[in-house]
Amino acid sequence: MAEVKLLATWPSPFYYRVVWALKSKGIAYEFIEEDLANKSPLLLQYNPVHKKIPVLIHGGKPICESMIILEYIEEIWPKNSLLPNDPYEKAVARFWIKFADDKSPEIWRVFRSVGEEQEKAAKDSLEMLKTIEEHALGEKKFFGGDKIGMVGIAFGQLAQWLQVIEDVTGVKLLEASEFPRLQRWINNFKQVPVINENLPDYDQMFAFFKGRRQMLLASK
Amino acid sequence: MADVKLHGFWASPFSYRVIWALKIKGVDYEYIEEDLSNKSELLLKYNPVYKKIPVLVHGGKPIAESLVILEYIEETWPGNPLLPSDPYEKAMARFWIQFAVAKASVYRAFFVSTGGEDQEKARKDWLEVLKILEDQALGDKKFFGGDTINLVDISYGVLAYWFKNTEEVIGIKVLEPTTLPRLSQWVQNFMQVPVIKENIPDSHKMLAYLRIVREKIIVAEQHNK
Repeated sequence: MAEVKLLATWPSPFYYRVVWALKSKGIAYEFIEEDLANKSPLLLQYNPVHKKIPVLIHGGKPICESMIILEYIEEIWPKNSLLPNDPYEKAVARFWIKFADDKSPEIWRVFRSVGEEQEKAAKDSLEMLKTIEEHALGEKKFFGGDKIGMVGIAFGQLAQWLQVIEDVTGVKLLEASEFPRLQRWINNFKQVPVINENLPDYDQMFAFFKGRRQMLLASK
Repeated sequence: MADVKLHGFWASPFSYRVIWALKIKGVDYEYIEEDLSNKSELLLKYNPVYKKIPVLVHGGKPIAESLVILEYIEETWPGNPLLPSDPYEKAMARFWIQFAVAKASVYRAFFVSTGGEDQEKARKDWLEVLKILEDQALGDKKFFGGDTINLVDISYGVLAYWFKNTEEVIGIKVLEPTTLPRLSQWVQNFMQVPVIKENIPDSHKMLAYLRIVREKIIVAEQHNK
């Protein structure tokens, strides 16, 4: 079996997407910690175009971009499938995955800004949450089913990183009363063993992102 | 066989991505032109999240987002494959398709640039994107897909036709043989592929339309300053 390595940094939510996919399929891998402030020759060699993590390296060949990595993992190791079999359901899943990637950056804009810019980012973030609540979730336990899949993993940032952003910035976005389905999904998602056992420590995350925000604002 | 409908817009490169894929696969479909200034009830029902075209409707079930539609078409009609079968090569194809999405804002900045330093920077940034594409995605191949076009070529159709028209509207050439010889050759080759050649918008109409769109965006952005 060709070896699997994962080049990434803690506590990137994109890194965790790949961890959850690998772990849910029981795939052994070696984690290589990357220092983004001092990018390694390995990273520059494996992701010359974007110079970002995560990068999955399978049998020496690099794959970049977290959702592309997940599609690759799904194809190479089809056990414990993360996508529906039916082509239409699969297309619906891919639509929501794209939505997650298009809109999730809004919560990070809240994290990085203050004043008017932050207000706008908060508004856009709420729009995104509303859309998920009204159109994506339905009545099922997870997006589209009884088990977690690629869509849930794609929205994984909302399950822990969103709360850190809220606590660090003091901007509350997800009120359980306004987003009951989303809150229920978060609770269910975090209880799934593969997620539960592979979430960054909350206090460490809080300290890390608090420090980051201070640095960001100081440099403005 | 369930019927296939495509809600599109005559000037949209995203609409054409779907048309090209359907035609290559020989899929019969009904085309419905949407008036984007007066969106149909049907479009709003089929794509409530974005309210945009293209939307493919197969047997009454809607799929939105051109790249999602392309993957669906590839899977549902596997003849004349448009993605590599090798999982690693497929991941690389998807990487380059995503690269277009990641760099759309650079394209846009160039599209709305009006002059001076801003425009020069926008031009340089966009040229850099094209150089990466030429060097690392295309290389010495005839098409991104090799000897024949695939989903990567289809995704970059916007360069071959819409961007060439944009250069004419702005009055600045970026994609030329002296700076980007291989990519320029790709444009020539791509536009000669029969299914592409026979399925592109009218050039005069497109130029006029692009001029109007660009004006509108520039005016809107000036109001926002």
